[in-house]
Amino acid sequence: MSNKVLTGLHFMQGDIACAEGAIAAGCRFFAGYPITPATEIAERMAKRLPEVGGTYAQMEDELGSMAAIIGASWTGTRAMTATSGPGISLMLENIGYAIATETPCVVVNVQRGAPSTGSATLSFQGDILQARRGSHGEYETIALAPSSSQEMFDLTIKAFNLAEKFRTPVFLLADAFIGHMREEVLIPDKSKINIVKRKLPPCKMSLNEYKSSLDENVAPMPIFGHGFKSHVTGSTHNSYGKRDVTNYEALDYEVKLLSKKISKHKREIISVDSEIKDSNVVLISYGTTYRAVREARKMLKRDNINVGSFRLITLWPFPEEEIEDLAKKVKKIIVLENNLGQIVTYIKAAVKGEAEVIFLPPQVLGTLHKPDYIVDKVKEVI
Amino acid sequence: MKIVHPLIKYVRPGFLSTTNCAGCGNGIIAQSILRAVDELEMDIDDFVFVSGIGCAAWIPSPFFNADVLHTTHGRPIAFATGVKLSNPKLRVMVVSGDGDLVAIGGNHFIHAARRNIDLTVICANNGIYGMTGGQVGPTTPSGLKTATTPYGNLERPFDLPNLAKAAGAVYVARWTTYHARQLTKSIKRAVQKKGFSFIEVISQCPVQFGRRTGAGNAVTMMQNYKKNSVSIKKVDKLKENELKGKIIVGEFIDREEPELCEEIAKMRERIG
Amino acid sequence: MKKEIRIAGFGGQGVVLSGVILGKAAVLYDRKRAIQTQSYGAEARGGGARSEIVISDEDIDYPKVINPDILVAMSQQALDKYVKDLKPKGILIVDSELVKDLPEDYIFSLYRVPASQIASNEFGRIIVANMIMLGFLVSLTEVVSLKALKNSVRESVPKGTEEMNIKAVERGRKIGEVVIK
Repeated sequence: MSNKVLTGLHFMQGDIACAEGAIAAGCRFFAGYPITPATEIAERMAKRLPEVGGTYAQMEDELGSMAAIIGASWTGTRAMTATSGPGISLMLENIGYAIATETPCVVVNVQRGAPSTGSATLSFQGDILQARRGSHGEYETIALAPSSSQEMFDLTIKAFNLAEKFRTPVFLLADAFIGHMREEVLIPDKSKINIVKRKLPPCKMSLNEYKSSLDENVAPMPIFGHGFKSHVTGSTHNSYGKRDVTNYEALDYEVKLLSKKISKHKREIISVDSEIKDSNVVLISYGTTYRAVREARKMLKRDNINVGSFRLITLWPFPEEEIEDLAKKVKKIIVLENNLGQIVTYIKAAVKGEAEVIFLPPQVLGTLHKPDYIVDKVKEVI
Repeated sequence: MKIVHPLIKYVRPGFLSTTNCAGCGNGIIAQSILRAVDELEMDIDDFVFVSGIGCAAWIPSPFFNADVLHTTHGRPIAFATGVKLSNPKLRVMVVSGDGDLVAIGGNHFIHAARRNIDLTVICANNGIYGMTGGQVGPTTPSGLKTATTPYGNLERPFDLPNLAKAAGAVYVARWTTYHARQLTKSIKRAVQKKGFSFIEVISQCPVQFGRRTGAGNAVTMMQNYKKNSVSIKKVDKLKENELKGKIIVGEFIDREEPELCEEIAKMRERIG
Repeated sequence: MKKEIRIAGFGGQGVVLSGVILGKAAVLYDRKRAIQTQSYGAEARGGGARSEIVISDEDIDYPKVINPDILVAMSQQALDKYVKDLKPKGILIVDSELVKDLPEDYIFSLYRVPASQIASNEFGRIIVANMIMLGFLVSLTEVVSLKALKNSVRESVPKGTEEMNIKAVERGRKIGEVVIK
């Protein structure tokens, strides 16, 4: 049996499904540093990558891990790292570098109890805003939130495709719960998996002859070793890669184009899962919290109470228009997050007072919302 | 007759004006690197030059007409590790300063040496933070007054070649900008060497180091490099007090050890 | 039919593996739905360990076990901690060697299985106690089929130990059959 292609039905941890998703997506470089609850991803990649001709690098820290995957990506290799909150905090400077240099890569955050060292094995949705704004400066980012082992596989592939297409780092915001939970994962045939490849320059040209960065429709990426003579810099630069750090116009140009590259393509990037029908009350959730919402809706249905569900699969860019539309259709929106209120501030802004927004964290932070607790809350507000 | 610099072919068209201060050692280091590539008759398109943040990071960025990765402060070796591991055919050279490579980036430096990954690391050591205006660095001599040691530097400087050697580098040399020819020769050796090679270049920063510490202008500093340098071959014959204030130059080590990329390739073969 | 099972003991007893084996048996061999979750102390050995499995014929939304139908307690500490969560009329299975203090009045079915005693005495390997428990659990409750359980055990245990583990499962099943009679 060849280990190279994994297909069929599996009973898999989310972390393992994520690693297999990466392999299926063509990821051939992983750099990381052990950290609970993301270590299983690194372990799986260490085993699997050499089997498929790829490379696993265990770096001295997360700063180095993020740096190494960016370096790898510039050779044309699909690259990924996986960590948890403390590791992300260390990676953020280089994540900003990846954004500024338009380097495709995937960063998996299996969130755990925090701040600081926090609780390594406990689940949490504490890093949602960190993914959006954690690195310094003004920028747009892409982040996806899986809610099952199957989605750890599927959304990892999607993350690679978005990263390659838009030349940007993409976050997969999992949590300890989904990372360590085992459930079924169906891996399709390789031929059924859609792989998006990054755009390369049409031919060997030297800098100054073509735009290698800062194009709202994504510039071709002059990867190393092909005579493109690329100049890659995290300093403010123009579309030809030329550094210009003393000029406000150059700063304005770079920041606006980097952001526009994502915001212009929001419709293509954003994915939500909406079941509203004729309900006046809707539950908004993402990631593992969605699992509790599903159970609660089933229980409510038994009592003939119909509530809608709106799940954010893409957290960033924020699905502002989708929420705005939703607010016009319903009276009350209950936002469930496993934190003290992160995405809810964005939801309130998008709702613009069109509906009442109620925030519902779990009774005990970190735990999954208890379905009967959600049911009680719904009954209270309807 | 139009006189053309023999290395101009390696300079990115349109980038002829330098960002270095007058008298800076960076130009000598840049020329030594390019001359080494030229004398080796290697294709510069097979190279990736990686640098961090600081004046020395601007040696290759953007001036070398090759693939250049100008990274974040302290991390060029880690970026270079990713480049090399994912495409071992590329010749990867890190060019950066002492603050970048061994203060903020010190951990990556020793670990890359430990791994013995095939990188050539060239450290322009000016003994100070030049770009930010002359603050104490990890290589500033003890006692020296800098912008952040107004009462003198209480700490001791790193001995970089011995640090690299102890961490596992297979080729280590130290030169000064006075030793341009020896430096070029060493770079050629380092580029051809399989494994982690490290060259420290003691380099003058006349503006921040020379002016602040009273070391004088560029010419004085280079004359002192000449005067104070002692070949590593002669060190054993000298007493400790005779070595005080001297710069030991030469090749500190040249040894063979298994290189990481080659070991990875073998492992892939082995597991089929 | 949805069944929620909690297996608890201390680290090193194979508590987590037991849950994985049950889940795998359900999904891969019985083609049911299953979710397995776990928790353990910070220490690799000796701390409290807990494995939870939800098995159902339909999609499982909520993956956590709040009030299990079945509790397998492999230590006194585990019993003391979790017995209050057990559903009324649920099933409690304890390792009779390791769990001595039982609640005085209860409304669940209690089974005392000398799993670790048999594992030491008959197999010379205390580590197979969890397999004896699984064999017992499955013969008593049929949460998965015996065939699926055996297939899953074969796939999940270290190479070379398959037969010993299957024998331990069989041994547990026999105890279960006696109880049912």
